Amino acid sequence: MHLNHSHEGPAAISADAHRPDGSRRALRVGLGGPVGSGKTATVAALCRALRDQLSIAVVTNDIYTREDAAFLLRNAVLPPERIQAVETGACPHTAIRDDISANLEAVEDLEDAVGPLDLILVESGGDNLTATFSKGLVDAQIFVIDVAGGDDIPRKGGPGVTTADLLVVNKTDLAPYVGSDLGRMARDAKEQRAELPVVFQSLRSDEGVDQVAGWVREQLAAWAA
Amino acid sequence: MSRAALLVLADGRFPAGGHAHSGGAEPAVKAGRIRDAADLAEFCRGRLHTAGLTSAALAAAAAAGLDPLALDEAADARTPSPALRATARKLGRQMMRAARATWPSAELDALAAARPRGAHQPIVLGLAARAAGLGPEDAAHCVAYEVVSGPATAVVRLLSLDPFDATAVLARLAPELDAVARRAALAAAEAVVEGLDALPAASAPLLDVMAEAHAAWPVRLFAS
Amino acid sequence: MGAGAARGMGGLTLGAPGVRATARIVATPEGLPVLEGEGPLALRRTRARGPYHRVTVVGAMSAPLGGDRIAVEAEVRDGARLDVDSAAATIALPGRDGGRAHYDVRLTVGEGAELRWLPEQLISAHGSDLAMRTRIDLAAGARLVFREEQVLGRHGEAPGTLATRLTVHRAGRPLLDQELAYGPGAPGGWDGGAVLGGHRAAGQLLVVGPEFSERPAETGLLGESAVLTPLAGPGFLVTAVAPDARLLRRTLDDVLHAHLATR
Repeated sequence: MHLNHSHEGPAAISADAHRPDGSRRALRVGLGGPVGSGKTATVAALCRALRDQLSIAVVTNDIYTREDAAFLLRNAVLPPERIQAVETGACPHTAIRDDISANLEAVEDLEDAVGPLDLILVESGGDNLTATFSKGLVDAQIFVIDVAGGDDIPRKGGPGVTTADLLVVNKTDLAPYVGSDLGRMARDAKEQRAELPVVFQSLRSDEGVDQVAGWVREQLAAWAA
Repeated sequence: MSRAALLVLADGRFPAGGHAHSGGAEPAVKAGRIRDAADLAEFCRGRLHTAGLTSAALAAAAAAGLDPLALDEAADARTPSPALRATARKLGRQMMRAARATWPSAELDALAAARPRGAHQPIVLGLAARAAGLGPEDAAHCVAYEVVSGPATAVVRLLSLDPFDATAVLARLAPELDAVARRAALAAAEAVVEGLDALPAASAPLLDVMAEAHAAWPVRLFAS
Repeated sequence: MGAGAARGMGGLTLGAPGVRATARIVATPEGLPVLEGEGPLALRRTRARGPYHRVTVVGAMSAPLGGDRIAVEAEVRDGARLDVDSAAATIALPGRDGGRAHYDVRLTVGEGAELRWLPEQLISAHGSDLAMRTRIDLAAGARLVFREEQVLGRHGEAPGTLATRLTVHRAGRPLLDQELAYGPGAPGGWDGGAVLGGHRAAGQLLVVGPEFSERPAETGLLGESAVLTPLAGPGFLVTAVAPDARLLRRTLDDVLHAHLATR
């Protein structure tokens, strides 16, 4: 072996709070949820709400490689160098939970390329109600469901609804049209989640966007403390 | 050696990024070169005896203690496709992360420091095997298996191929996997004495052509 | 293209039992101080193109039997330019004892020197077994244009067994190393979707030069079954498969002519 042994100790393997140079890394927040619930739109709204005060980057985990990244680029919520797509081989939940290595590389590359960063949003590919993020990848996770997917989703529970640090019930403006009972969804969510917070959001009317952004700011304050 | 350590390293769930790669199967399916289990078997057999043998020997050589940076250069020379070089280094970086967490070793740390963007994956795997107390032939076995199990798993998703058929393909390739691993380990032993040109350089023209075509697709399911 | 036709054109036929022969070429800026054919390998100085010395390899043996060991060595010394081609395709034929034939090519190109190695195809006839080994050592400032084409079987014929290895070092470091193995004696899967996919001709065009250090070639897809790829070192490789020798040559020629036009 002609290599010199590095004495820096093990580099950040996954959840390490520090980067190899000793600085504190960015807070990583995961956004998961079923297909079509509005994860990418929520990421876009968060970027618009926070980008003036915070240095942000986004990692997307698309089912078909670059669609979500392309949406964020088209809507110009962040400069292109702050958005990176991870390819998931048709298994988006694997890339955020079982084998997080490609996502860890993406967040580290973003910090290297455009850092220092305050916040990295990691958006999962649309999956099902059981998909959650590994604690080795994110510090906190948001689960996004929508009223059109059925008002019984909070009652059914599942790891996403039950354990996510924040539950976002999206598209509340559609509730009257799809016959969803928001009161019932709120009661069921409370039942499943106890003290964990829930935000009802409509990106059409901007309802709830400030609350979600406020929750992210709280996480960041706790992270930086 | 620990036989159980070999199972950990060879497990498809070992978190080193392999699940997002089809080993060339995605473009081969699109080109109509894989339509059923029989095509899959021929594809896997061809990949095993070409890129598989070459990679297995690199892994065996790393596990035998040959200089990993010289092996990395030998791997570049054996990989004319820039898309495949990029894939090998990306997977090498992911394997490095998993290996350092699993079997910490000074040799892994040193290679990670020298190649922060990733060394060729078989070389990292060979060092990981060494750190796990495994031998050159074990490392070669691991690579040989991964070279065929990757496409088989991908084709189950891409063609909705019956998973029992895909697994049967792998089972029937077992004697050839053993033979390739043995040959790779022998070549590594020869390379210790004669230098790295003694390592095989078996290649497959269509894998190289298809890898570049696939890398240029705007929409795909697998990273490679 | 039949063996007889190739012989009639002065082509090289491999396979005579026990033939040992080595042909040698040395090129300097001033001339060709060494030009020695041997056995089945005859070398002819042919009409030069521009500053290049030109040598044509012509075959002269008529016994198409097995077990040969033949070699060609060319040394292009510092500053020299050499262009080597062949009069006809090389055909590997079976030997009486079913033995394997060996064909070694050893090329050395010095500082500021250039070699264009552009022989005709290697045809693997039914029942033959040939191992071809090419070793190229380039100085850091050397230039190389190298073509190799493998055709599996004469027209409508099943292929023989063909194993080739091309090892290129530049300034003492590995630049390219490729082995190909086709035919009944090759490991399984050679005709499957990963390797040849039913194609019967395969070829490589390798171009190396110091100019690619600064400005690497760009990856280019050349139709469905060929690609131009920049190597990790200063050069590029065209990898192509085709249904037959003519279509293969057309793909390689497009790149070759475009490259030569820039020189």
